[in-house]
Amino acid sequence: MPKDSGIGASSKRREDVRFLTGVGNYTDDINMHGQTYAYFLRSEVAHGKINNLDIADASAMPGVLKIFTADDLTAAGGVPCGWQVTDRFGNPMQEPKHPILAEGKVRHVGDPIACVVAETLEQARDAAEAIELDIEELEAVIDMKAALNDGATKVHDDLDNNLCYDWGFVEENRDAVDEAIKNAHHVTTLELTNNRLVPNPMEPRVAIGDYSRGKDEYTLYTTSQNPHVIRLLMGAFVLSIPEHKLRVVAPDVGGGFGSKIYHYAEEAMVTFASKVVNRPVKWTCSRSEAFVSDAHGRDHVTKIELAMDENHMFTAVRTETYANMGAYLSTFAPSIPTWLHGTLMAGNYKTPLVYVNVKAVFTNTVPVDAYRGAGRPEATYQLERVVDKAARELGVDPAELRRKNFIKPEEFPYQTPVAVVYDTGNYHATLDKGLEMVDYANFDKRVAESKARGKLRGLGIAHFIEACGIAPSNLVGQLGARAGLYESATVRVNATGGLVVMTGSHSHGQGHETSFAQVVADMIGIDENMVEIVHGDTNNAPMGMGTYGSRSIAVGGSAMVRATEKIIAKAKKVASHLLEASEGDIELKDGAFSVAGTDKSITWGEVCLAAYVPHNYPLEDLEPGLEETAFYDPSNFTYPSGAYICEVEVDEETGKVDILGFTAADDFGNVINPMIVEGQVHGGVAQGIGQAMLENTVYDENGQLLTGSYMDYAMPRAADVPNFSVDHSCVTPCTHNPLGVKGCGEAGAIGSPPAVVNAVIDALHRGGHTHVEHIDMPVSPARVWAAINNK
Amino acid sequence: MTKITMTVNGKSYSGEVEGRTLLVNFLRETLSLTGTHVGCDTSQCGACTVHVNGQNVKSCTMFAIEADGADVTTVEGIAAPDGTLSTVQQAFQDYHGLQCGFCTPGMIMTATKLLENNPKPTEHEVREYLEGNICRCTGYHNIVKAIMAASGQEVTPVAAAE
Ligand code: FES
Ligand code: FES
Repeated sequence: MPKDSGIGASSKRREDVRFLTGVGNYTDDINMHGQTYAYFLRSEVAHGKINNLDIADASAMPGVLKIFTADDLTAAGGVPCGWQVTDRFGNPMQEPKHPILAEGKVRHVGDPIACVVAETLEQARDAAEAIELDIEELEAVIDMKAALNDGATKVHDDLDNNLCYDWGFVEENRDAVDEAIKNAHHVTTLELTNNRLVPNPMEPRVAIGDYSRGKDEYTLYTTSQNPHVIRLLMGAFVLSIPEHKLRVVAPDVGGGFGSKIYHYAEEAMVTFASKVVNRPVKWTCSRSEAFVSDAHGRDHVTKIELAMDENHMFTAVRTETYANMGAYLSTFAPSIPTWLHGTLMAGNYKTPLVYVNVKAVFTNTVPVDAYRGAGRPEATYQLERVVDKAARELGVDPAELRRKNFIKPEEFPYQTPVAVVYDTGNYHATLDKGLEMVDYANFDKRVAESKARGKLRGLGIAHFIEACGIAPSNLVGQLGARAGLYESATVRVNATGGLVVMTGSHSHGQGHETSFAQVVADMIGIDENMVEIVHGDTNNAPMGMGTYGSRSIAVGGSAMVRATEKIIAKAKKVASHLLEASEGDIELKDGAFSVAGTDKSITWGEVCLAAYVPHNYPLEDLEPGLEETAFYDPSNFTYPSGAYICEVEVDEETGKVDILGFTAADDFGNVINPMIVEGQVHGGVAQGIGQAMLENTVYDENGQLLTGSYMDYAMPRAADVPNFSVDHSCVTPCTHNPLGVKGCGEAGAIGSPPAVVNAVIDALHRGGHTHVEHIDMPVSPARVWAAINNK
Repeated sequence: MTKITMTVNGKSYSGEVEGRTLLVNFLRETLSLTGTHVGCDTSQCGACTVHVNGQNVKSCTMFAIEADGADVTTVEGIAAPDGTLSTVQQAFQDYHGLQCGFCTPGMIMTATKLLENNPKPTEHEVREYLEGNICRCTGYHNIVKAIMAASGQEVTPVAAAE
């Protein structure tokens, strides 16, 4: 029987009504009394020396309150990086300063130079145009490998070179891996690019700074996935504002996908400016501006080698990756190609030896950081592509080769050679489920049907693993994180029995207001509508680390469960007093406390009332009130996994690829709201198909972004994606969090790109184009056609 | 500055606008109807879609003065006065056709217009009609499903756990 409420029910989302009727409260919908407008003058060249910046005439223009340049910000810190990676020789990464406004040099198209604050946006923009700016253009560093050549132009003059770090993992295995590859029965090698993407949440970034002179307090309204993190980074590292004087509010946020994790210069600028002009300062990013100022994602160039023995068992994996950092280090950037990528290079397989080398490179491009999946899509893509290629070279079924090398269900918990321990999984089950869903047994018939219509049909399999539920603080601390990655929740029970849960997780499309309420209501046995979820305001929620890395239910949800457990424990004490029974005999079921083995009971509401009107109450033993806070720090990552299978038809004449079907069979552990979970997978798969088929970020050799708008950056549209067939019935619950959940936000974007590309290559091989070993994403008609025809 | 008057969601409004003021800005800034969103600056995303004299219009591509005298409907004018959601809005909730909600106003306006013009579209027609509306969250699967359901056609039910 499908459940109709609580954990496991597809409860309708309560947040929908405000979004459907146009009364959501996104940051740009907020207008403050006396508000002024900020406009940023940005660099139009990728690399240059500022010879002259004269704001005098512009400052005198109508409506202009103040024009800020780096000279106004000498007391402020740079935009901080939250993760320090140590290179394979034990040295810290090279970490350049990231000024709020350019200090003498610009380093990418879009680098902010000055900020105009005026009465209206038009006046601010007009004044920005009147600023006298003389930039001497320098050679742009764009290609990652060229950037590492001796004598290459440096992005940062004060660094040794353009190498942020040269990372090796597991460094002690380096020689053993080399040896295993040398002695292997067969080695499959693949060189590929993980194309650079622009995250493109549909809501562009907005920031409003509001300083109160009367209270000497700052408020920042911002489009963030993690307001507390912004408060911490901006308050402590940039503007030196103590946390009790700084409130950060992230109201309704229109998608993030990683790009709204980071602390951006514009947030610090409007906050700082609001004190100087003593008025609220609002900045709204245009889409064109977003393309050159939001952190980008991916951008890896990789060579991967997979070694096998004569039984086709994987014996070693060796990779060499160049990872683009862009011009500055964004908040999490150094961790993405390292700890969120290298630790996943065992995949679902029992490969005993893995060595991952990553060279992170500075270039004159927009900073690159996490985008949905963050490092894990890059790991999965190369691994699942190379396994597919190996199967073809060995002449075996790609599903069979995977199955043979999978960690077996009885082998969990499984210690991988890349530090992480997978707690649970059943990869055979998800693969079998996926193959059953696509009717793998009859695929050849469909190939024949397509052939009869003159089309080449192909099927691509990928099986992914990800580490999410980020993250155990002590572990990430060792790995270079400059923060803890716990989550917190406060559960406040009101006198009449309703609850307000304040969580440090943030919802920007994930539906926490609904699914979190399902969990708490289920634990107590009351109606979901008695629980309200509050998030997105540092003044309401306790400390929080926010939403990214598919962590909200696994970490934030666990904190909420712990706080609710404390509530229940205290409520039981109250109930035992009221029922005159021993505490150990009190049972909570369906919103009522009863004494085991008797018919004595009391409702949830009566207990709550007694806690706040403590006339008959054990005051000597127990405080009145019913409010508890819990912090939850996970003991391990969670490891969702699943089979992603894509079926395509390729038109040989044009190179056009049609996706006929896309199937995802995931193991997310326990599922709170299946409707929401499936929606997350749909969205992730569409982004993965976008990466595989359409999206690409192209810089020319001068560092000009050629794909800077929706006219040239191909966002997936409704007709570009198929209906998806998704399943999450294979469940191996997570063993180390109270809900047994693993997280589902990124899976779709991780598993889908290799499935698509594998399908295209499969179609070409079945059509006799066996010389095509690889096509880089996006597999556009032009690239497919060229691959077919360039023998 | 030019004085303009238009009917928005059945009510008459007047305001002073500059020649360069876009309809979307007039709606959002002057009338405080912030349900209509701005997602791009190249007329590509459709977050700003409204109905002007019965036609689907991207309000970022029209100057406010061009809408002088027009009859405009925004997402705020779609539900019944008592708050009851329209069939399309209700279907979007029932079939989870929205996540972050930012594209949603445009999707609701476009879907409403589609079903006025073509009450029983095929799924292919729905996908083609949504050409000018970008959603980054949903992968469109449930948007298409919601529109099909709103048209009274059979769709698979939402996911349910056993
Ligand atoms: S804002 Fe009008 S189409 Fe994007
Ligand atoms: S629901 Fe977020 S863009 Fe469509």
